[in-house]
Amino acid sequence: MAIIERPGTGTTPVVATPQQTLGAVKRPVETKGWREWLFTVDHKKIGIMYGVVAMVFFIIGGVEALLIRLQLAMPDGQILSADKYNQMFTMHATTMVFLFAMPMAGAFANYFLPLQIGARDVAFPRINALSLWLLIIGGLVLNASWFLGGAADGGWFMYAPNSGPIFSPSHGVDFWVIGLQIAGVASLLGSINLIVTVVNMRAPGMSLMKMPVFTWMILVVQFLLVFSLPVITVALVLLMLQRSYGATFFDVSQGADPLLWQHLFWIFGHPEVYVLILPAFGIISEVLPTFARKPLFGYPFVVFSGASIGLVGFGVWAHHMFASGLGPVSVAVFSVATMAIAIPTGVKIFNWLLTMWGGKIWYTTAMNFAIGLVVLFTIGGLSGVTHSVAPSDTQQTDTYYIVAHFHYVLFGGMVFGLFSGFYYWWPKVFGKMLNEKLGAWNFWFMVIGMNLTFGPMHILGLQGQPRRMYVWTEARAGEGFFNLGFWNLIASIGSFILAVGVLFFLINVVITARSKKQAPLDPWDARTLEWLTTSPPKAHNFDRIPVVHHLDEFFHRKYEEDTATHTMKKVAEGEDLVRVEEEAADAHIHLPSPSYWPIVLSVGVGLLGLGTIYGIPMIVLGFAITLFASYGWILEPSVAEEIDFEPSNNDGNTKEIAPLG
Amino acid sequence: MSTSTEQHEQEHGMSDAGYIKIALILAAITALEVSTYYVDFGPLFMPSLMIMMVVKFVMVVSYFMHLKFDSRIFSFMFYTGLGLALFVYITALATFKFFIS
Amino acid sequence: MAETATHTADHASEHGHETSTGLSNNKLAMWLFLGSECLLFGGLISTYMLYRGRVSDGPHPMAIFDIPFTSVSSFVLLMSSLTMVLAVTAAQRGDDSRTNLWLTITAVLGATFVGGQVYEFTAFIREGLGFSTSLFGSSFYTLTGFHGIHVSVGVLMLLSTVGIIRKNKITGNKAEVVEIVGLYWHFVDVVWIIIFTLVYLIPS
Repeated sequence: MAIIERPGTGTTPVVATPQQTLGAVKRPVETKGWREWLFTVDHKKIGIMYGVVAMVFFIIGGVEALLIRLQLAMPDGQILSADKYNQMFTMHATTMVFLFAMPMAGAFANYFLPLQIGARDVAFPRINALSLWLLIIGGLVLNASWFLGGAADGGWFMYAPNSGPIFSPSHGVDFWVIGLQIAGVASLLGSINLIVTVVNMRAPGMSLMKMPVFTWMILVVQFLLVFSLPVITVALVLLMLQRSYGATFFDVSQGADPLLWQHLFWIFGHPEVYVLILPAFGIISEVLPTFARKPLFGYPFVVFSGASIGLVGFGVWAHHMFASGLGPVSVAVFSVATMAIAIPTGVKIFNWLLTMWGGKIWYTTAMNFAIGLVVLFTIGGLSGVTHSVAPSDTQQTDTYYIVAHFHYVLFGGMVFGLFSGFYYWWPKVFGKMLNEKLGAWNFWFMVIGMNLTFGPMHILGLQGQPRRMYVWTEARAGEGFFNLGFWNLIASIGSFILAVGVLFFLINVVITARSKKQAPLDPWDARTLEWLTTSPPKAHNFDRIPVVHHLDEFFHRKYEEDTATHTMKKVAEGEDLVRVEEEAADAHIHLPSPSYWPIVLSVGVGLLGLGTIYGIPMIVLGFAITLFASYGWILEPSVAEEIDFEPSNNDGNTKEIAPLG
Repeated sequence: MSTSTEQHEQEHGMSDAGYIKIALILAAITALEVSTYYVDFGPLFMPSLMIMMVVKFVMVVSYFMHLKFDSRIFSFMFYTGLGLALFVYITALATFKFFIS
Repeated sequence: MAETATHTADHASEHGHETSTGLSNNKLAMWLFLGSECLLFGGLISTYMLYRGRVSDGPHPMAIFDIPFTSVSSFVLLMSSLTMVLAVTAAQRGDDSRTNLWLTITAVLGATFVGGQVYEFTAFIREGLGFSTSLFGSSFYTLTGFHGIHVSVGVLMLLSTVGIIRKNKITGNKAEVVEIVGLYWHFVDVVWIIIFTLVYLIPS
């Protein structure tokens, strides 16, 4: 919020809000109620909103998954029609990837990246808000299709000809294209913002090799996004021009190469896989050392293996296309590249194992989820390596074996990492601890549910059950151990156990929110800078910008080496350290001021996109709003003028100076 | 943003006359490029056009966009994108046997 | 695009320490954006290269391209890069009137290029190459149209910068704003350098 804080007496600083700044129009000054959230540029509020939005879409995508499993639980399922089933699996995947996984990683990145590098906000706070609102608009456009003639139904990678008007006559794919395009712009802006933040806004002394691993992994992810999103943008533009304006880019009957779409999609799509998993790797690289009470084993290896996963990730996309007749040379090259990428991933696994080795492990829920990730991701990783062998991949392609593989890496890997992050950082964000007992229920239901759901899919896939079939018949289900009916039923039961696990988490959130009990300042004896402030952090994050001397700066401020025994001895508590910071608080902290323009601009862009479906007038309207908001934006200083912060200079408009709660 | 950065640019940047010189070279190369349309360069046609294109590209980026005089971080950001673009798209076109025909 | 750095960064520089690298946030963001744009135009160019020979019943590229005309408009765009860089040096000297003069000339040259493109498109359509006539047509119009939109946005940015400098409403460092608009402008120019060679000069 736009506040200035002067160190008051002792530890209660004083705040004043700007009163009258004019940009193109009067800028918002509210610090209370819904306006506080709608027009905020505070990275922490934006992070929380990312999290809420992502969680809503997680539930929507989860319900879609349950409907799919209900349909397949029994032979000749009657829950969904073939058409609805196609929409369901397409939207389940799209929602989970673009509207849950990426925004949830964005939530963590937005909230913790500035805190971990000792900054007061991101480099471009208004662009940060714009990213959030564009994401929300994109998600709404995607899901609006359910009510406007049917959702997209071509599978999440939307291959031609399924994406064409003959096989997908509804507007579903159009909404899908526009929604992803807008969400893509949001991610692109967000990634540029976060890279600049990491490069330019680190606290004094924080060299790149003193950055927490989570920040490192987020940085790698943002580079992947910056350089892969434009490729899907091209693909989506071509598809949009084909569907709405008569081009034939992917239409074989007009002499086109449908493989062009596959290349463009997977040049984006494979780096995207690492975009999804690396944030989770970053989270558990914070969680494992904290709860093993040992520094991360081989920090530089974890960092560089992450970076090399990112780089090599751009050279393996065609392994998604082995079954499309690329030719032996291409297949061989991409096979080898794909096997190579397993090496840095394996390096990480061993680093985590050796971090835990010999540590005094504290089995909290956060730690359980982190260990769960290491185990389940390894299973998924191993089945992934089998795809790199092209002949075996040819058998596995488009079967449930693939579905099993990517759910082990994405659910067992990514989702477990995110849940580990929830439990680890909840006290930081909300000042209250999530209930550990419910956390245990949450964890075990999710572990058991996830293995029951996705484990049998390996068998189903190798037995030949194709993915995306809306129904199976008893007559072809096979017998004995390999009976498809039995394993389909197990998978469906598993999915509901999984859902109950997630429900435990939601219950936990509600119970925690109602509880009055405040969390201790440093409940986990943590290691990184985000803990060097109050919980929840103050609007300006740090009372003074910390000067960094060590990797794991917060840990090294608490502990000193006992020269006699060569062990680390605790010399200060977190509370002491925060008190020291409060007493030395900076005198004048100007934070970026809230703004109307991000949300207005995002509405304009949304209308501009929908115009490709609903015609020129809407494009014109969208363009006008976009242009108007852009000028408002440019003409508005990102921080309110000095005079607005000083109520005493504000003739006849003096407001009471309120103490900060 | 800071005065030290500006001074740095002024020291290592170019004078207006220098920029005009660069522009003249670019114009000359463009004339040469267009001449390939009228004069038969034989087997040199493709390589010469590609080389001239690259030279023009690098000159604009290095001098007009200051990349030669600016921080290496900027070069890293830009040339990483450019390098990845060349790699992925040339590879993709190669799988279409684009360079064989 | 250009947003002034957060005040916290400004504040830090007042006290002697700057951003971690001493580089401007805005410039860094612009370079990243341009790095990203390389992959955008790379994709469109590749699509064109793949499809340029697929003319169906429509005209062949070599039959309709007017090389002398396009050479002139390419030259105009190339020279606009010179006027842009002169605007940047004028802005760095703090010479507002020269800055505005060169920015305006750059915008006029850019608008001339866009005008030439509109003329070229209408001529092609008259000769029977519609947007959906053939894969060549679709991919040609998509590529050059995308570039044209970029130039048009650039012209808008240039004229807006002139207006904002005139009214003295600029938020942030003036020379830097001009420089960043310049970076975008030069990038649009280098993309055309590639398109001119690959699309127009190399016959399919």
